[in-house]
Amino acid sequence: MSGASTPLAPGGEYAAVPDGPDLPAADLADQAADRDAASTGVWHAAGKRMLRDRVGMVTMVVVVLYLLVVAGSWFGWIASDWQAETGVSYASPTFLGKVENLEALGGAADGAAKGPTLDISDVDPLAPRYREWADRTAKTDSGIVHRAETLPFGADKWGRDVLKKAIKGAQVSIFVGLAAALVAVVIGTLLGAVAGYFRGWIDDVFEWFYSIFTSIPYILLILSFAAVFRANPVLAHAGVLTIIAVLGLTGWTSAYRLVRAEYIKHRAREYVRAADAIGASNFSRMFVHILPNASHVILVRLSLDVVAFIKAEVILSFLGLGVPIDMVSWGTMLSEAQSELVIGKWWQLVAAGAGMAVLVTAFSLFTDSLRDALDPKLK
Amino acid sequence: MTNPSRNPRAADGTLLSIQDLHVDFAVGRNKVFHAVKGVSFDVPPNRTIAVVGESGSGKSVTAMAILRLLPDNAKVSGTIRFDGRDLAHEPMSSIKRMRGNDISVIFQEPMTSLNPVFTVGDQIAETLSLHAGLRGQALRQRVVELVDEVGIPDAARAIGRYPHELSGGQQQRVMIAIAIACNPRLLIADEPTTALDVTIQKQILDLVARLKREHAMSVLFITHDLRVVGEFADEVVVMQSGEVRERGTVGEIFGAARHPYTQALLACRPPLEHRPARLPIVADFLSGRVAGAHVLDAVPDRLPRPDGPVVLEVKRLSKSFKVKRGLFGSVEVPAVKEVSFTLRRGRTLGLVGESGSGKTTVGLSVMRLHDASAGEVWFEGRDLMTLSRNELTSMRRRLQIVFQNPYASLNPRFTVGQILLEPMRIHRIEADDAARLRVATTLLKRVGLPESALNKYPHEFSGGQRQRIAIARCLTMKPEVLICDESVSALDVSVQAQVLNLLLDLQDEFGLAYLFISHDLAVVRYISDDVMVMNRGEVVEIADSDTIYRSPQNPYTQRLLASIPRGYEAAKPSLAA
Repeated sequence: MSGASTPLAPGGEYAAVPDGPDLPAADLADQAADRDAASTGVWHAAGKRMLRDRVGMVTMVVVVLYLLVVAGSWFGWIASDWQAETGVSYASPTFLGKVENLEALGGAADGAAKGPTLDISDVDPLAPRYREWADRTAKTDSGIVHRAETLPFGADKWGRDVLKKAIKGAQVSIFVGLAAALVAVVIGTLLGAVAGYFRGWIDDVFEWFYSIFTSIPYILLILSFAAVFRANPVLAHAGVLTIIAVLGLTGWTSAYRLVRAEYIKHRAREYVRAADAIGASNFSRMFVHILPNASHVILVRLSLDVVAFIKAEVILSFLGLGVPIDMVSWGTMLSEAQSELVIGKWWQLVAAGAGMAVLVTAFSLFTDSLRDALDPKLK
Repeated sequence: MTNPSRNPRAADGTLLSIQDLHVDFAVGRNKVFHAVKGVSFDVPPNRTIAVVGESGSGKSVTAMAILRLLPDNAKVSGTIRFDGRDLAHEPMSSIKRMRGNDISVIFQEPMTSLNPVFTVGDQIAETLSLHAGLRGQALRQRVVELVDEVGIPDAARAIGRYPHELSGGQQQRVMIAIAIACNPRLLIADEPTTALDVTIQKQILDLVARLKREHAMSVLFITHDLRVVGEFADEVVVMQSGEVRERGTVGEIFGAARHPYTQALLACRPPLEHRPARLPIVADFLSGRVAGAHVLDAVPDRLPRPDGPVVLEVKRLSKSFKVKRGLFGSVEVPAVKEVSFTLRRGRTLGLVGESGSGKTTVGLSVMRLHDASAGEVWFEGRDLMTLSRNELTSMRRRLQIVFQNPYASLNPRFTVGQILLEPMRIHRIEADDAARLRVATTLLKRVGLPESALNKYPHEFSGGQRQRIAIARCLTMKPEVLICDESVSALDVSVQAQVLNLLLDLQDEFGLAYLFISHDLAVVRYISDDVMVMNRGEVVEIADSDTIYRSPQNPYTQRLLASIPRGYEAAKPSLAA
């Protein structure tokens, strides 16, 4: 009985649903015309809530900037020459000025020691031709590469620009994170939807599989998947696709649990029963009726997984099971930084670490705002 | 015997006096919702004051403002004088001392108001040790006394039970025991019987009335149901949209209501004595088209509909659920036992019963929304129980169901247009979407909604409007049988009358047969030609509406009908006696 349900805490319901006496059709039409402008779908309303959230908007801008950088690097507009050895080995960041660089000096000293010091031209049969060769050398433009002493954010051991490396690394890391999260969430959603919708023995089978799968320690699971994929001659050369497959195939469990719970909740709802009553098929009820109502959960899980998989990729690459040797990711950069730190070259660590920390923080806060905005208070 | 407490003039002074109370809720960043707008009324000692209103009238908010039980975004102004103190300006610490001690509250849902991990004895004892400082044997003694006083049998053992081991009525008795533990002077009862069956409701109301006399306390009774009030209250405050519409003694309100809204509330509920052809709606009263609370007496009675051909025949339908027992075992618990009935074209069969009687299970089994354990359902010469899934889908459109909760039965992510078009697409009714859209528009208008509703989402409509959308969705398939499962139970009195009128009109127009399932005996009385009464899964009585309500044969039916609150008229004889 409705009189009873007078809510004590009027949230949006009071404003959205004036549950007063119904009006005759003519009045209703007027009222409807007034409200036409405000006629909003669930997504539209979520967008409005998102716009009001300051943290959400700032973090969204950060995330979008990262994605723009990734896109730029993907199409080769920026950082395409990341492998060029433009600086001296371990060139220091510009803002530090020219600090003493023992690694670079050591290389130069080796070269200088190779010059002739003893005059042996009278016994040297080649002596008459030295001049000729010197002239010819002068004519050909051998162009000794002038290596920069400093680079904007320093250089690595081979003199590659750390900033460009970090940008290229961002491309790989973020792509791996996004793609793996997508794979994981699609698998999790499909399995969760089937298990939660049909229940019964199907659910039991899925639950058993899930329980066994999650009983294996996560890192061990990833490592064993990675090892298997590496051993396969076809997959071993698939580049980042291998690591996406590894992360996606191991990471579906949390999405599965969430989606299954949502489906169990929704399948008993009256609107799903009503769909059954009008003759909608199982497929239609699962994916046309229930899925849009569970989509906010899936979307939030997706963004949480992106963060988790960016971190997982870093760990895998750090352990040497990540991206191939001719590619760079934040993980490989951190892996290199391990040995550099001992000799006091910290900039590669800072570049990769800061790039990742800012993105992960922004993405996590963005996810929180997204969840707040999507949480449908509309019943 | 004249009951002196029913005469309001006998009282002097007031216990609680609310003057010009305003409650505003901050909604969003800079929107304010005015829930209560300048409400004033008094509660004298030893009186029952009923605050009556529909959802959104501000009745509960007013009551909760007294003990500051409102959420943080509420802003209260005005004076609430209790016993010479202004509660609106008392510090929170002294309000907390008064809660449960001078003023106590009982809520609508006893199940959620009790803590599931403590025994009921512990929960009653908590209040006593907090406010009365009782300990040890004296405390236990008092708890047993209280449980006994609120009428729970075998009190000494009952205090060791957990809330889930008690029935809904007993849980509410425990809530009442907690409320009266410290002999409060004011008991605020916020819809205490709404979640309960009608027979239990009567027991609880009798209990509250008895305790009020014995403890010499005042009761502030919040309800949406004027009929409950008539038998029970001394004075009535009628609220609508946060304002007091009318205030008076129960005799004045029921005998000579002045405000059109009060008259409407009295007249829009279907009467039990006869079956008027139509129910008036609130808008009629407010616009002045109709006046007076007794307009229904003048409306001619609706004649029983002629006997049409049988469209649905149910034979010995049974359904049992498996309940796990022990580690591996399970027991079959019968929910419906051998139910048989026939439904005729253009007629309505009412199905009444209390919760757990199996009435909803019958509806769902007939639709095969879950599978029955045994029995036959004959529709157009075929037994629905034996049809395959594909055959069933084509049959489905001829049998439709309108659910109880209009907030849950429409997919929140679909527009009204999508909701109405979907069944026509599934069953390939009409040639293309343009034609389907025309049908949808016509039906929307038929149920009283504008065309612009097509592009809106369900949350933009009120409960009554959503229920009409649900009805329109069923009509798109041109069904022959419509099962209404508590379809008007969640609606306010005024909206309920509109939907009932609509259902009757549609029946006349399309010759629909209704299976009308409800726990609300007055609504079933109004809409049904025949009535079937169920108790514990069995049909106890089936007859035409007039016969059942005028001379019930089965003892259970008699008890059920005797429990219906009959309003002030029923209470009058006891006054005169």
